[in-house]
Amino acid sequence: MAENGIGVSVRRKEDKRYLIGKGNYTDDINVVGQTYAIFVRSPHAHATINGIELAAAETSAGVVAVFTGDDLAADGIGPLICGVTVTSDDGEPHRAPAHPALAQGKVNYVGDHVAIVIAETLAQAKDAAEKVEVDYGILPAVTDTGSAADEGQQQIHEAAPNNICFNWPLGDKEAVEAAFASAHKISRLDLINNRMVTNPIEPRAVLGEYNTGTEEITLHLTSQNPHLHRLVLSAFNQLAPEHKLRIVAPDVGGGFGAKIFIYAEELVVGWACRKVNRPVKWTSDRTEAFLSDAHGRDHVTSAEMALDKDGKFLALRVMTTANLGAYISTFGTMVPSYLYAFLFAGQYTTPLIYSEVKAVFTNTAPVDASRGAGRPEATFMLERLVDVAAADMGLDPVEIRRRNFIPVDAFPYQTPVVQCYDSGDYHAALDKALALADYDGFGARAEEAKTRGMLRGIGLSSYVEACGIAPSAAVGQLGAGIGLWESAQVRFNPTGNVQVFTGSHSSGQGHETTFAQLVTELLGVPIEDIEVIHGDTAKTQFGMGTYGSRSMAVGGVAIAKACEKLIAKGKKIAAHALEAAEGDIEFADGNFTIAGTDKAMSIAEVAFNAYVPHSYPEDLEPGFDENAFFDPLNFSFPGGTHICEVEIDPETGVVEIIKYSAVDDFGKLINPMIVEGQVHGGITHGVGQALLEACHYDSEGQLITASFMDYAMPRADNVPSFDIDYAPTDPPDNPLGVKGCGEAGAIGAPPAVINAITNALGVKHIDMPATPEKVWRAAQGAA
Amino acid sequence: MYDFSYHNPKNVADAVSAMNEAEDGKFVAGGQTMIPTMKHRLASPSDIIDLRGIAELSGITVDGRGISIGAMTTHAEVAASSDVQAMIPALAALAANIGDPAVRNCGTIGGSVANNDPAADYPAAVIALGATVKTSKREISADDFFTGMFETALEEDELITAISFPKADAAAYMKFENPASRYAIVGVFVAKTGNDVRVGITGATPCAHRGMRLEEVLNSNFSADALESVEIPVAKMNADIHASAEYRAHLVKVMTRRAVAACS
Ligand SMILES: Cc1cc2nc3c(=O)[nH]c(=O)nc-3n(C[C@H](O)[C@H](O)[C@H](O)COP(=O)(O)OP(=O)(O)OC[C@H]3O[C@@H](n4cnc5c(N)ncnc54)[C@H](O)[C@@H]3O)c2cc1C
Repeated sequence: MAENGIGVSVRRKEDKRYLIGKGNYTDDINVVGQTYAIFVRSPHAHATINGIELAAAETSAGVVAVFTGDDLAADGIGPLICGVTVTSDDGEPHRAPAHPALAQGKVNYVGDHVAIVIAETLAQAKDAAEKVEVDYGILPAVTDTGSAADEGQQQIHEAAPNNICFNWPLGDKEAVEAAFASAHKISRLDLINNRMVTNPIEPRAVLGEYNTGTEEITLHLTSQNPHLHRLVLSAFNQLAPEHKLRIVAPDVGGGFGAKIFIYAEELVVGWACRKVNRPVKWTSDRTEAFLSDAHGRDHVTSAEMALDKDGKFLALRVMTTANLGAYISTFGTMVPSYLYAFLFAGQYTTPLIYSEVKAVFTNTAPVDASRGAGRPEATFMLERLVDVAAADMGLDPVEIRRRNFIPVDAFPYQTPVVQCYDSGDYHAALDKALALADYDGFGARAEEAKTRGMLRGIGLSSYVEACGIAPSAAVGQLGAGIGLWESAQVRFNPTGNVQVFTGSHSSGQGHETTFAQLVTELLGVPIEDIEVIHGDTAKTQFGMGTYGSRSMAVGGVAIAKACEKLIAKGKKIAAHALEAAEGDIEFADGNFTIAGTDKAMSIAEVAFNAYVPHSYPEDLEPGFDENAFFDPLNFSFPGGTHICEVEIDPETGVVEIIKYSAVDDFGKLINPMIVEGQVHGGITHGVGQALLEACHYDSEGQLITASFMDYAMPRADNVPSFDIDYAPTDPPDNPLGVKGCGEAGAIGAPPAVINAITNALGVKHIDMPATPEKVWRAAQGAA
Repeated sequence: MYDFSYHNPKNVADAVSAMNEAEDGKFVAGGQTMIPTMKHRLASPSDIIDLRGIAELSGITVDGRGISIGAMTTHAEVAASSDVQAMIPALAALAANIGDPAVRNCGTIGGSVANNDPAADYPAAVIALGATVKTSKREISADDFFTGMFETALEEDELITAISFPKADAAAYMKFENPASRYAIVGVFVAKTGNDVRVGITGATPCAHRGMRLEEVLNSNFSADALESVEIPVAKMNADIHASAEYRAHLVKVMTRRAVAACS
């Protein structure tokens, strides 16, 4: 193992600049002649625009320009697109109403974009924005997910009758019905997966510059995937040809999904900077972030499990209504379909599964991927239903899981819902988690708590998720407009140091460290001589970016492949320089050696030689710089068991998490410290969903939780010190043996927490977030 | 934020005259409420009169009967004061749990009390301890000071100079926090001096107030169990997405019980 190679908890290389205040986020960038943009947003959830009066704004002090949807349309810009097609049950593609970047005649949610005001200063832009007079014809709003498609509901889009985007069935309906008809027992559960606001700490921002000489637009923006931004803005929004559009996403202060998407502000600012021929900057404030960042989750679900007399799962049936918000965001269709229902087998051998997902439009912000994206919703449904089934059957929650786990020798395991799991040892993870949580000692702890008037509960969740997104062939077949490979270029400079260009992009994950660890392991170059470069389409080759826990599982493999190519090339160069046969050259620990001799060249010497090719034969190419693309054969399937123990004060309903134990299978760990950080953050995210985070729209479509005064994010004192361990298996389809770890906590935690609470209270279910009042009421009922 | 004129007076008299000359002036203390309100363009004062340069408004003094805290004393200073800790530890503990470190290092007792946010902590203590609010014009008793939601007995050009708290034999504050803002959903301050018990309640209703029914019971029997029979009027309670009126009424009782238990 190299000194700072695979498996070492190397301190993060990027942290120095963050800790000394030298991080460079989009809003830190200021350029000469910069102007400031403010978006005039709809205060109404649903309204026609009968007229817009701009004169007062246009003549307001310092105003450079004011534009509306008509100006965009006149230049043929937009609309925003959705990248994934889902086929509805009528055989037609999902209904895709137009999504103009600036409203055209109608607004569909509070925060919808009506106009852009550009001025010399931010204060002047704000002053002028207040002078834009919009004549709204207010329409009734649709905000409730469950009833959005009901008969007689207010219609939002002409192109989507009954507010339905798609009705998507999966599985063999008749076979599932037959299994239910002959089942020993049927367990049922209705639940809500609560809507969340993703809330990365750095709000979105974009700075657009147009160069009249090169005719190039440069957009500095907050993106998890700069090349995807460039592709969509070029190919679909007609902003500029791809080679005349540069996207730079510098340091990104958290994304968690919310910075994947191509947003209206980015397109409009990109277009406007050329229109006014001045740099234009827009930075979201926190209120705008609440209103206009894509939100997550928001499902209403009925689930049923058919069981035989031994508690074996015979069939699962799931009916979900998923809220897409007012428009389809970039990947809005994919999240409640492929990323959701394909996980319904969970860790179990359930042979028959049928589901229907009805995706609906409402007058709320668009809903798209947020940490876990679809998989937390699937896991919450299944792991809650399994606990209900355990209670119905009189089995311990551990026992019912054991009876239904996919056995270790059944991998690769083809589920009835498309996915074929790579590897897993679910019993091993469960055993470790039970030991870590001292599950057997729970009874005594519960008794002790009772003497203090407190209610203790313990709950587990055995989850599986699909990461390493994704095999291009698979997603192409499903209707994705893109491939989901990743790219890398590993370049030696003549002096022997290395630049690694990756198509992945960090929004805080630590790629500059983990990718460098990979390269030091494979090439033997000291880690301090390796620089990871990402986030700039002018610097790095086309790549797909970071989401779906894919950076190491896909992007890392591309880097490894480029390293292999360098080693192969290095052998040729060393053979030439050392006057040996290529076949006799071995590479190890950073040195090319003639086998069986002590004649050797370091990889740095080989690099220098490659750039000073004084005597190269015709068939030996100079240079030491290789690129590679990797398209995974399969998703990767991390899994594990999380166990949560809570104590409830029945008098107030306050839930305290006493202990949280997580045992995960992420395959091989490149940097255990960073993985642990991802697990801590993920679990905290999941605890936030389970206990705190509630995104509330009122019946008029006003977002009443539009600030941190009302929207409760988890804080350090909401979580205990976590107990973490691993039960790794080796995924055969991943060349590095890695699975991905960024979302697991957010997927595993919500059902573990809620199962613990229902266990403590002795109730069947409690909806998230389990706020003190809800828990208090449940405790009253239970008492 | 809209434009405004800025004043930096060095004494109370200059602050008051700056206010009198202003078209629509506002005092600013720690700015923890005032500045965000202005940034959101919800307030547009013509003049800002900054109280931070007025030395006479800061500091904590003790005499035999109690403790006097200057209006510009920050929450952090109150929390860390050994005098407050010794004389009314519940007040120091209350201050130590307001907001976060940044808020505690800027926010002031005068600003909090003048603002009279229905979910703020200090008003409960001012009421329960029977404090006196000293202003540039007069002295106002706690019972007369808090008049409604974000409303007080203060006149436009009147500023709080100090708040003096008489020493109590026993006191405790129990706060049920809003999980998002961490302000009080319900906060109950109980103070006992001799046989006189006072209960200050914040968060529960539009304005902090005395819990008269609770006091009545506690005056005859200062024990948590005695409170069981007290009826908390649900109809008077605040209700929002965080807590219904019924839940708030329940919490008033629970927090009072816990505060009484902590006193004894
Ligand atoms: C994130 C956050 C969390 C918070 N959490 C809590 C909490 O948990 N509990 C709690 O109680 N509070 C909380 N607060 C409020 C905070 O503690 C301050 O007390 C409050 O903001 C007002 O104090 P200030 O000194 O900042 O006053 P400012 O914001 O400067 O002024 C507030 C108002 O009082 C007036 N004023 C100020 N000083 C005087 C004076 N001497 N005489 C007359 N009028 C005056 C001003 O004109 C203004 O109208 C929180 C605030 C924030 C930002």
